[in-house]
Amino acid sequence: MKKILLGNEAIVQGALEAGVDFVSAYPGTPSSEIGIIFGKIAKKHGIYFEFSTNEKVALEAAVGASFSGLKCLVAMKNFGLNVASDALLPFVYTGTKGPTVIIVADDPSCWSSGQSEENSRAFAYLAHIPILEPSDAQEAKEFVKLGFKVSEKFNIPVIVRTTTRIAHQKMPVEIGKIKRSKTTGRFVKDVNRFVTMPPRVLEMKEELLDKIERIREFAEKTGIIQGRASDKLGIITSGISYLYVMEVLKEFKMNIPVLKLAFFYPLPEKKIKNFIKGLKKVLIVEELEPFLEKEIKALAKENNPKLQILGKDVLPEVRELNTEKVGLAVAKLSGKQYRIPKSSSLNVPKRFPRLCPNCSYWFVFSAIKKAAPKGTIFGGDIGCYMLAGFPPHNLQDYLSCMGSSIGIAHGIKKGSGQKLITLIGDSTFFHAGIPALINTVFNKSNPLIIVMDNRITAMTGHQTHPGVGQTGMGEPTEEIKIDEVAKACGVKNIKVIDPINIKELQNTIKEFLNKKEVSVIVARRMCAYWAKRLKRKK
Amino acid sequence: MPETFNIIISGTGGQGLITLTQIIAEAALIEVYDIKTSELHGLSQRGGEVETHIRFGEKVYSPLVALGSADLILGLETLESLRAFFYANSKTIFLVNKFTLSFPGSPKEKEILRKLKTITKNPKIIPASEICQKELGKEVVSGIYLLSYAVHKKLIPLKPNSILKAITKIVPEKYLDLNKKAFELAAKPGFKHG
Ligand SMILES: Cc1ncc(C[n+]2csc(CCOP(=O)(O)OP(=O)(O)O)c2C)c(N)n1
Ligand code: SF4
Repeated sequence: MKKILLGNEAIVQGALEAGVDFVSAYPGTPSSEIGIIFGKIAKKHGIYFEFSTNEKVALEAAVGASFSGLKCLVAMKNFGLNVASDALLPFVYTGTKGPTVIIVADDPSCWSSGQSEENSRAFAYLAHIPILEPSDAQEAKEFVKLGFKVSEKFNIPVIVRTTTRIAHQKMPVEIGKIKRSKTTGRFVKDVNRFVTMPPRVLEMKEELLDKIERIREFAEKTGIIQGRASDKLGIITSGISYLYVMEVLKEFKMNIPVLKLAFFYPLPEKKIKNFIKGLKKVLIVEELEPFLEKEIKALAKENNPKLQILGKDVLPEVRELNTEKVGLAVAKLSGKQYRIPKSSSLNVPKRFPRLCPNCSYWFVFSAIKKAAPKGTIFGGDIGCYMLAGFPPHNLQDYLSCMGSSIGIAHGIKKGSGQKLITLIGDSTFFHAGIPALINTVFNKSNPLIIVMDNRITAMTGHQTHPGVGQTGMGEPTEEIKIDEVAKACGVKNIKVIDPINIKELQNTIKEFLNKKEVSVIVARRMCAYWAKRLKRKK
Repeated sequence: MPETFNIIISGTGGQGLITLTQIIAEAALIEVYDIKTSELHGLSQRGGEVETHIRFGEKVYSPLVALGSADLILGLETLESLRAFFYANSKTIFLVNKFTLSFPGSPKEKEILRKLKTITKNPKIIPASEICQKELGKEVVSGIYLLSYAVHKKLIPLKPNSILKAITKIVPEKYLDLNKKAFELAAKPGFKHG
């Protein structure tokens, strides 16, 4: 039976068919639906699911569950892997007990990512972790299952890397049988296996490198070669780029060999060498940085030194690919004429995203505008309140990664002494804001921090977090109060204000801006959009 | 029908583009086509630009409609229809909801419509929002209304019945009746579409 599935839905289906036991996630577009869906279905399938405080904790939770023998899935967006990376490297060294797949969603063209156009493939080199790259939703499902298989066979965590156009692509997907899950495993002590410390850690590294070579052998049997070796041209590609390649070849009515790789790491080197052996020219089609191209250039040196390799000289390194861009590259490979179909864009004024009409952030922005003296610096962080940076607000002088608003505020205060107000969302505060808040107290700086406590992780589709009082599976839990956290961190000036009391908010901002120590205002009112949704659900 | 049928739906956040996309994809599956769609999720804010791609045919690889290769542009908002011009060629059909969500600095609706008429041969501009508001008291189903119009006028090579089946499958029970009504409203013979 076939069902139309979103790439992320197909990933969930793949995990169910593999019999996943334990799932943890922190939301982030384009990976967020994975957690949202598991939150809804976990109980029914006898699976444990949680939204963790951040991606590092999500991964650590899976590490523990894997050590206890459970089959684990962790989902996050690209930047999440940066946060989780400290836990990632030792996990690859110790290896898994219960098979573990980590979904990492990249976002070329930054459709829903502000801070950088990250290519998470680079983590393969840093962590020696196998990476699989599906091309479409059907394959996303299959590669999750393949990932579990590789993980089980070699006791190593495996990354399945998607991009926006896979995660948010729909197609008919063949639905298979769902395997039974279990929620309880058993941790069997094994110091040699679970403790990373020298000198054992160095042995572990040797074992890991050895494992990677065995996985490379396995990878030789994956990937597909398409088309006939009719002439001396070929294409090597993987992931979403493969779809653009096939679309172009169909349009050009060309039938040249295409090698589509499943593994980005470890690469099936023999397969690639065999493929390029007879060729005169090969085109490497990959998005973002030319990692494959560099590898293949090195392989060709041994194997076919005369081979002409086209890659980033005919394809852009910034922004996602599409059929048109790949069309031009294939035309250059084959000496064909190709004109991008005629089209023209009109000069249509840009529509900036806006806060919902009844969002409480309007009140906060307005109070800040009225209360802050000229020259005040405005710090921004990640969430709906990023819109502070757009007109009509224009209240954002720096913006970086999650939680950084406070850390950077401290540095600016220390470095310049200028007046500063910084915003941070509730989910972001729990995710990465607390260590930075402690640092302002510890090292004595005095920014004014306004926590935009809208009782939910709004931007990514309204997921729960530690301040909500409900777990990812919908169970009641302790509601952690931000003002109490701030107090425990040693903050003296704390006030919880409902931002519709705009006058009080304004006065407090004025008062706190003159304090010698750090101040925290918790602007608490539920996200209006979510409040409406909750009401409708009832 | 061309080898692959390419649709762009353009509009603004909160207009139900994702549901419309899913409905068309399901209908195409009912008719045993290969299908790919692409959509951008995750912007909770209302009113931002949204655009989805739907392609169906014998065999479809890319989820993205290439520049200048749309067969149909289904515009739920006038200015966003204009923005999607990017994907149009001289044969592309524009089916546009006469509904404008203006913002500071945006052109007037009259101006947008004039522009649409000068750049395309086939703009079909239908006051779907107005009709749905007047007849059903709900403006949100204007997308369904337009989709129904499109299949009944054979602007999409899918059977009206497949769309109806897809609606029944996808739309939650609570809203099904309203959506079916919007579908039937556009199918009424002799109904004046404004
Ligand atoms: C490391 C990392 N993980 C996840 C994300 C995705 N992300 C963007 S905004 C956001 C949620 C912010 O929620 P909150 O701070 O509560 O602000 P709100 O959107 O509710 O205003 C997340 C998780 C990210 N940008 N970086
Ligand atoms: S989703 Fe919630 S937090 Fe985001 S703009 Fe809308 S009301 Fe505000």
